[in-house]
This record gives sequence, C-alpha cells and structure tokens, in this order.
Amino acid sequence: MSKGPSRRNFLRGAAAGTALIAGGAARAANTPDPLITEVQPWASGFGDPVDAHPYGLPIRFEDDVIRRNVEWLTADTISSINFTPIHALDGTITPQGCAFERHHSGAIELAKSDYRLMINGLVDRPLVFTYEDLERFPRENHVYFCECAANSGMEWAGAQLNGAQFTHGMIHNMEYTGVPLRTILEEAGLDAAGDPKDKWVFVEGADASSNGRSIPMDKALDDVLVAFKANGEALRKEHGYPVRLVVPGWEGNMWVKWIRRIEVMDGPVESREETSKYTDTMADGTSRKWTWAMDAKSVITSPSPQSPIPHGKGPLVISGLAWSGNGAIARVDVSKDGGKTWETARLAKPGEKMALTRFYLDTDWDGEEMLLQSRAMDDTGYIQPTKTQLREVRGLNSIYHNNAIQTWLVRASGEAENVEVS
Amino acid sequence: GAAHAEGFGLGREALPEEIAAWNLDIRPGGIGLPEGSGDVWTGEEVFVEKCAACHGDFAEGLGNWPKLAGGEGTLDHEDPVKTVGSYWPYLSTTWDYVNRSMPYGNAQSLTPDEVYAIVAYILYSNYLVEDDFVLSDETFADFEMPNADGFFVDDRPETEYAQWSSGEPCMENCKENVEITMRATILDVTPDTGSDEEA
Repeated sequence: MSKGPSRRNFLRGAAAGTALIAGGAARAANTPDPLITEVQPWASGFGDPVDAHPYGLPIRFEDDVIRRNVEWLTADTISSINFTPIHALDGTITPQGCAFERHHSGAIELAKSDYRLMINGLVDRPLVFTYEDLERFPRENHVYFCECAANSGMEWAGAQLNGAQFTHGMIHNMEYTGVPLRTILEEAGLDAAGDPKDKWVFVEGADASSNGRSIPMDKALDDVLVAFKANGEALRKEHGYPVRLVVPGWEGNMWVKWIRRIEVMDGPVESREETSKYTDTMADGTSRKWTWAMDAKSVITSPSPQSPIPHGKGPLVISGLAWSGNGAIARVDVSKDGGKTWETARLAKPGEKMALTRFYLDTDWDGEEMLLQSRAMDDTGYIQPTKTQLREVRGLNSIYHNNAIQTWLVRASGEAENVEVS
Repeated sequence: GAAHAEGFGLGREALPEEIAAWNLDIRPGGIGLPEGSGDVWTGEEVFVEKCAACHGDFAEGLGNWPKLAGGEGTLDHEDPVKTVGSYWPYLSTTWDYVNRSMPYGNAQSLTPDEVYAIVAYILYSNYLVEDDFVLSDETFADFEMPNADGFFVDDRPETEYAQWSSGEPCMENCKENVEITMRATILDVTPDTGSDEEA
C-alpha cells in the first residue's frame, strides 16, 4: 500500500543533499502514476461498515497527532501537564481527545449521579444543585481559549524545548455550553452580599487537590460559565466531567474542573494556588499576585520544529495561532528575518474575544534560511512583546505569563529549530 | 418555584452539616480554623510517618518533591528556592492546603490536631519557631510569615500595557542585525516525539 514519505526519509534525503522531490508536488511526469493507472483496492473492494466504530478515533496515519508530556518537568505524572499537538492542527477548535491536561491530583472519575454543586457564604440561601438541576437553567454557547499560566514557562531562561507543542501547547480552544455563573449566584440570592465591588467568589473542585481559587465578583458576574459541554459533547473526564468553570481570558488554573463549591466571600482566600503558585516573582524578589489575564500572544505552528517544510522552495503556507485574554485579535504580523521586516498576515476569520484566531501568510519561499516570528495585536492596541522586553520588566524567574514572540530558525533543508535571537 | 421570590426555583437548600463538610477554606488570620492545637514534637512524629517519604525528615524535599523549608533570602537570586518559610505569605494557606490536599494520595485523612502539629513542625523546620512552640486556633493569628509583604497586586496595566500599546509597530528596518543567541537543540531536553519513526 502506498504511503507518503516518512519524515526520517525526508530528513535523510535532505542531509544527503538530494533534491527535495517528496510526494505531492504536481510536476511533469515521465511515467504514468500507478496510483492513477492501476485500480487501487479502495476503489474496488469494501470499506468499513457503519457499525464498526460507534465512536471513532482518528485514522491511524494521524497517530502522531497526540498529547505528549515531558517527564523531567514534574515529580510525577499525577500532578503534571501534557501538551496539545498544535503543530499538527489547523483552524481554531481543539479536538477534545488531544486537548492538553493539567491535573494536581489526577483526572478523577465523577459520575453525573454523584455530582453536587454547593453555593454558600454571603448568599440569601445556600443551595445544593444536582447535575440535572444545572441542565434546567438557560444556557449559552461561547468559544474560548484555556491557556495554562505556565504555557511557555520553560522558555523564560532561553530556548529549551524543540517544538510548538512543547513551547506553546498548554492551550486548548473549545465551544462551551453552560450556565452563566451569574445565573447560579442570583438563584442563591446576592442581597446578603451587598455591594458586589469588594466581594469575591472562592471556587473549588471535587478532586483531592481541590484547586481552590478566588475570583473577584465583577468577573464572576460578567462572563464566567459553569460549563457541562465542550465542542458539542459532554466534557472529557480529564477536562472536568461533568462540570467545570470557564473563565474567559484568564489563566487556566482558574478554570476549576469537577467544580463542587462556590462560596461568596468578602475577601480572597489566598489559597495555595494563588500564593505559593500562580504568583510571579520579579528580579528584585517581590512577586506579583492575581495576574489573572493572559496577554496577547501568538505562535507559528507550521513551519515549526515538529512540522518542517517537506516540499522545497515555492508556495509555502505559514500558519499559526494568535489569542488575547484582553479582547479580540485585531492583527498578526509575520517576520521571516528575525524581526527586521514584517508583513501583515491574513486572519482566517475576524478575531473573537478571548478565543484562538488562525492566521496565514501565503508566501513564496526562495529556499533560503528564515528566522520566522509572529507578533499579535489585540483590539486594546496591545502589541505582543519580545522576550527581551518582558525580561526588562520581570527578570527571568516569573515562571508564568510568558507571552513573548517566538522565533523558529528554518534551514534550507526545511527543518526548523527553536532559537532566540538578538 | 414558590420557594424563590425570583429565579427558577432550582436546587434545594444546603444543610448545615453539608456546608460544614465542604466549607473548609481557611483565610489569612486563621478565619475558619477549627478548635485544636499541636506542638513541634508531635508534628515531627506525624511528619516522619506521613510526609517525610516525599518531603524529607526535615521538610527539605526529596528528589523532585517540593521543599517545604529553606531558601530564605534567595528570592532575588538566579534560582530562587520558594518554600513555606522563604515565600508563602500566609500561614493560613499552609494549614488549609495540608488539611484539604495532603498527604498526596491520601488527602483529607488528617485530624485538626495533626494538621496543627504538622504546621508547627514545618515552621520549626524553617527556623521560625523554637522546639517548644505550640500552634492552636487561639495563637494562630499572632504568627506572621517572613515574606508576608513580598507580594503586590498585578501591575501590568501600568508597567507593561502602557508601553506596549504604542500605536503602529515597526514594519521595516526594525533592527540592523539579527544574531541567534540560543538554540534548543544544544540543550537537547525535548522528548523524542517519535514522529520520524518508520510507520
């Protein structure tokens, strides 16, 4: 059976200096193509019946489009992270099955029948909801990105991990169905809370880590969702089944999974996940706290280290993702020379607030080395900074919130590498 | 929903026992603490039995597991050591987190007195109390952590957004030279993704 050239063969071929004539490019043929002139088995026999796969998985040729983890990052794989294969995806919606995971005490199994959500604290009436109750409130649908605060965190000190999946893959983007948190808080009654300006909600999960976080009431009443569906179906177990919090534009840690309790309070709890973790240490040793919003950011997903150019010079699609927690992406610029000159890319669709936006630069590659960069702008006017600009303000130890411009070195062979440039 | 003046009449009232079972958060100053107490020596016994396999006999951390003690004065160093003693601003967080989420893999198995004792021992391991120290719900609020003033609220709007929202960005002749200063392949710590294996 015919098969495309493997990447190893491609790289070997490139290393040996052979011409890049890998499959797919239409060109003058001397001999007829047997894939056309010979009857292929799929054009003659049967494919699978409709009862073969009640719930299907991707075709086996795509078996490298999977989550990956980096063992040395964490002490074990229970309180750990894995990465979305953004180098191989297109568009904006992340397939749930390969959307990244971050747990602090593992992905728990919580049945709808065992699910309870409690609202307590400064409310008129503390309430308990079952899963079925939640499905009876009016629903909304929204597409939002969930980006881990630590996405790109390993890159603060320099270029470390060689691939967009590892440098930028702590992110997914889904269409959520859920109930506004405002609706649920109002069901419990907020008269007891008084002026919402100085009030907070504390949210926690049903898992052992609990992942408790404090959220100011303004945000809670604005656009936070108590979500039970993603991309049309129930949440995956690892993404909080049956109910998670969706906190548009804000760091992924606050998107509490398996959410079991929401307490209205007159101050923040200052829990472990907002003191020891998710605080950002500056060069002078003091630390920012409550750095909730994820700032405008972008990355070229192809070409990239895991997605080299397979086809030699000529037409090339440079493709990537841009997003901002402070609004919608207004524009993305792309540089091929490490930031000396920039061209404005094409947005596949107008940017949506706090959601991934796909950009393309359709270009003609001359086969020369490139230093590819992308630079996002959001509708507040904010321009994605360089790592040098970020380091000037923050130093090297802030761990979280690295939204710096990424550089890929693309060699004449089409291979790409994660680099930093002056 | 006759039960609600407004709203949908969904859900039912939470009972006091239910709220007590789940509402465990402890706030700065010790708000929410249950009655109880524990001393350093009891804490050492409990710690060695239930915590030391990962965090070390002296809370110094084994292998990749978190260090709970040490690192004082390192926050402005190249590799800061951020522990309960060197970094955490509130003692309430230690009590709350140990009580709700530790030991790792067997959370919510400690009694309040055990948590008081463990927290007392962690303070002792950080040289913040003497070995006769007793921590209780009554003395809790008196304790101030060394890095209590080490945190400030997100100031990105002033320090970053203001300077990086400066109108039209540079499009041409933005730099004279571009040099590669770091390369990920030299470090070579990326897992083999297997994408170049023969399928």
